[in-house]
Amino acid sequence: MSQPFRLNKEGLINRNKKLSFTFNGKKLFGYEGDTIASALIANGIHLVGRSFKYHRPRGFFGAGVEEPNAKLQVEFNGHSEPNVNATEMELVEGLSATSQNCWPSVNFDIGAINNFLKMFFPAGFYYKTFMWPKSFWYKIYEPFIRKAAGLGVASIEKDKERYEHKFEYCDLLVTGSGPSGLASAYAAAKNGAKVILAEDKPRFGGTLLTDDVSIDNLSGKDWAEKIITELKSMPNVTVKNRSQVFGYYDHNMLVMFERVSDHLEKKSKFTPRQRLWYIRAKETILSTGSIERPIVFGNNDTPGIFLSAAAKEYMKVYGVLVGKKPLIFTNNDSAYETALEFKKNNVEPIILDTREEHSSELIDEAKSKGIDIRFSHGVIVANGYKKVKSAKIGKLNKDKNSFEKIETVDCDCICVSGFWTPSVHLASQSGNKLKYEEKIDAFIPDKKKQHETSVGAANGSFTLEESLKHGFENGSNLSAKITETKTEISIPNVNEKKYGAHDKFWCMPLPKNENPKRFVDFQNDVSVSDIEIALREGYRSIEHVKRYTTLGMATDQGRTSNLNGLQLVSNIENKIVPEVGHTTFRPPFTPITIGTIVGREVGMEYMPTRKTPMHEWHEKNNAVFVDAGAWKRPRYYKLGSETLFEASKREAKNVRENVGICDVTTLGKIDIKGPDAAEFLNRVYTNAWMKLPVGKARYGLMLREDGIVMDDGTTTRISENHYHMTTTTAQAANVLSHLEYYLQIVWPELNVNVVSTTEQWAGAAIAGPKSRDMLSKLYPDLDVSNEALPFMGYKEAEFFGVPSRIFRISFSGELAYEINVKSDHGMFMWEKMMEVGKDFGNQPYGTEALSTLRIEMGHVAGPELDGRTIPSDVSLNGLVSKKKDFIGKNSLGREAFNVESRQKIVGLIPIDRKSSIPEGSHIVQDQNAKLPNPKLGHVSSSCWSVENNNPFSLAIMKDGKNMIGKKFFAVSPLKNKSIEVEVISSHYVDPEGKRVRS
Amino acid sequence: MLYIKCPYCGLRAQKEFSYGGDATVKRPNINEEVSSEDWDNFVYMRKSPRGKHIELWQHIAGCRQWIKVQRDTATHEIFQTAKVTEEIR
Repeated sequence: MSQPFRLNKEGLINRNKKLSFTFNGKKLFGYEGDTIASALIANGIHLVGRSFKYHRPRGFFGAGVEEPNAKLQVEFNGHSEPNVNATEMELVEGLSATSQNCWPSVNFDIGAINNFLKMFFPAGFYYKTFMWPKSFWYKIYEPFIRKAAGLGVASIEKDKERYEHKFEYCDLLVTGSGPSGLASAYAAAKNGAKVILAEDKPRFGGTLLTDDVSIDNLSGKDWAEKIITELKSMPNVTVKNRSQVFGYYDHNMLVMFERVSDHLEKKSKFTPRQRLWYIRAKETILSTGSIERPIVFGNNDTPGIFLSAAAKEYMKVYGVLVGKKPLIFTNNDSAYETALEFKKNNVEPIILDTREEHSSELIDEAKSKGIDIRFSHGVIVANGYKKVKSAKIGKLNKDKNSFEKIETVDCDCICVSGFWTPSVHLASQSGNKLKYEEKIDAFIPDKKKQHETSVGAANGSFTLEESLKHGFENGSNLSAKITETKTEISIPNVNEKKYGAHDKFWCMPLPKNENPKRFVDFQNDVSVSDIEIALREGYRSIEHVKRYTTLGMATDQGRTSNLNGLQLVSNIENKIVPEVGHTTFRPPFTPITIGTIVGREVGMEYMPTRKTPMHEWHEKNNAVFVDAGAWKRPRYYKLGSETLFEASKREAKNVRENVGICDVTTLGKIDIKGPDAAEFLNRVYTNAWMKLPVGKARYGLMLREDGIVMDDGTTTRISENHYHMTTTTAQAANVLSHLEYYLQIVWPELNVNVVSTTEQWAGAAIAGPKSRDMLSKLYPDLDVSNEALPFMGYKEAEFFGVPSRIFRISFSGELAYEINVKSDHGMFMWEKMMEVGKDFGNQPYGTEALSTLRIEMGHVAGPELDGRTIPSDVSLNGLVSKKKDFIGKNSLGREAFNVESRQKIVGLIPIDRKSSIPEGSHIVQDQNAKLPNPKLGHVSSSCWSVENNNPFSLAIMKDGKNMIGKKFFAVSPLKNKSIEVEVISSHYVDPEGKRVRS
Repeated sequence: MLYIKCPYCGLRAQKEFSYGGDATVKRPNINEEVSSEDWDNFVYMRKSPRGKHIELWQHIAGCRQWIKVQRDTATHEIFQTAKVTEEIR
């Protein structure tokens, strides 16, 4: 169980706690504080995956978010998660990781045949190949590509974990806890600002953990620890590790992804797995640091090839050697630190420096330690298939386009450094137009659009001294503007090594007759030749080159490939990089789980559920519910083994013959008060409202300004200046906003107030020929005769000691009443009604029976008022006043609204009196006509008429009533039905409306 | 998510508001004759500017007041908010 590549002492891991895990079934162990990557490397395992397109063997390349290759399927704590970044995921006891995109195994992968056929898979291969024949797409090409695409496998199990959302506000958000971030947060905290400091790694400190520096005579790591400890003790500071700020949105809103418990072996039931933070920051410091970029060379994707800083991080943080015979390939001084670190651990590196022989503090130190340095040298091609075995290296000529000498050296790893790229993703997302900084060959933030300031390496300052100075100054100045307090802080003394200039060199030339793949983008398998092809084929815009080659489009967002890709395009096109420009950076910066985005809004919490006060009774009495917006409404009450059809027929029939009660609490209710209320209603509704007496209700129709019917309902005059409006369940919220719009903006001179009272009143409709008898038992002291309480009448009376409102209104077309009591008394009212109703054959009825009743009466509802109909389309033109103005009136004169052949409401019955007509059916003259068969209208609502015992439908049809008596076909291709129908009046039952007035 | 200053409640998140279109449109007076052209302009015709736009929002999950917001349609920058009875210039 020894770990051949683990150092004895070095690192920040806890050697006292061993963790066991498996990789591709093999049992291994690591230590607390390891990532999956560091534990595998410690065990000498480098081959972890296969590449996306060519299935080439791939190993680790980085040590954090920049990792393009090491994406694993990981099972832990009961999850199976695909595409987990092995360099970020912390090791937990019992974790099991497997390689992706390989079959049957990562060692022997059939798909690797693609690698040998690579000349057949150039850029744009899919675009070019899968075009013809068209009919092949669905059955052959698409399933094939779908199978080949993607890497890991998403779990089909239900996610049992808890995810949370949190909203936070702060003065200053600092993203990244490297030197500049720590300095910013510290300075702002000292000024009394409310600060959030976010670090995506488990450990704070960024490069301070790996760089050989000192601050105020403390090592970088100790200084970071000191500052973090102090920040944590301050009440105005929130310090968060394992937290990635991944998106910068409008008005300084940033979104952060916190891995709360993925690293924990045991956690409490209520600890969320991950948490999404919505942070509204007055100011943001972007101290996101920089990412090392590679130099491009042949077979540069072979396992064992690392970024040089990653190799150093593995040694310093995890106590792990990435190899014991390293080649360091660099164009700058920073890689010398990696070489020195190897040397410190008794490993002999060879440095290949593309620069000509020169001197700097680091070079001199490496020389003095006896490190083999070869100037003007570089790696041409790495040898070895599943692991680097040796490298062909060459001495570059003066122009660096060919070689003076080529030789092969043995090695087991290559650490490459092509200088540093500031992480400008968040700045760019905020709207900052980046600028190209010649000095560092990279983009840095320029003009800001939001309250953001990049500091340190993210802003292109690569020295510790500058980073700290930037951090302290900006943290202090930005926070002082907010808190109006300024605490003087002395900038600490810094001891760091001075770097010499880097070499503007990024891609090794190839010797004649050699053509190994030189990868620019590892994750999407984009090579130098792919980009060359794209340009040869005429793609010029970098955005087009990106899409054609998929350069930078993988989940690593091209962190190690974008700039090299741009350099390549600019070289070929003979342009400078700023002319080529850069592609767009988009959130999220790192992949985040879907669970985090969804948060707690799953299952019952997906949206609020609105229940009426009588809901429990419905539940107990076998109601089957239907969603009406957020409301739950009983659709029918199931007796025994009844079907929906049988139950709704029974319920509707009982209303026509006896009496039924229906929960109508969900109807929108709006209280309208004020001396100008009548005038307001007169403008809102199409019919006249000035003369409605107190104690009377009226049916009203509302239009939009374009003349289309918006809603209908009854409004009752409760007292002189007080009205009670009802709306449909669906439109309640829209109608309220509509009324508020006119009162606040258009007619502020009207003295009227409106407020929603939907939730304040519980409502029950009592409908049927025996409803008056039942009502008289419910109100023994009240005169409920037709004379005392006529149709559209209104009374207030006590309902068994509870105040109530009685409206004589009807949706079912029967003699009917609606009783409203305060919501708290809803259940009491309902139970009393059920008790008293027994003597009259009362049964509750649901929305399905309600629909049946209104359809056969020809009463319109949502399916007819579908946002396309005007009053005359639905036979409601009698409600449209010719004498007064109202909302939408001017639009009713439009030519198209007054064409005789316009589609209008009619009734339909099947010729056979048996076949029910599917809603949505199209009405056609000839069911066998050639397509496109002219459509004469559509079926809006269908029911089984309980009155006539046959199907009946409402339809909106061309020429409307002129078609009565004619025969057509109602065709539903969806249900595969064609039914011969006869057009009749839309008022199928009681066309004179005698019952409601009886 | 935008951060909108309700003149009654202060800075609130966008999710408390609903959008209400161009605030510069004026409804023709009620009970007055209006030409078809003026009516059509009121009901249908809207500019879709890139840049500054004065628009209506309603604070539906707050005070329920309709408010005016001057916003840049390209950058989402909000320059000014006001009560509907106030002018934005």
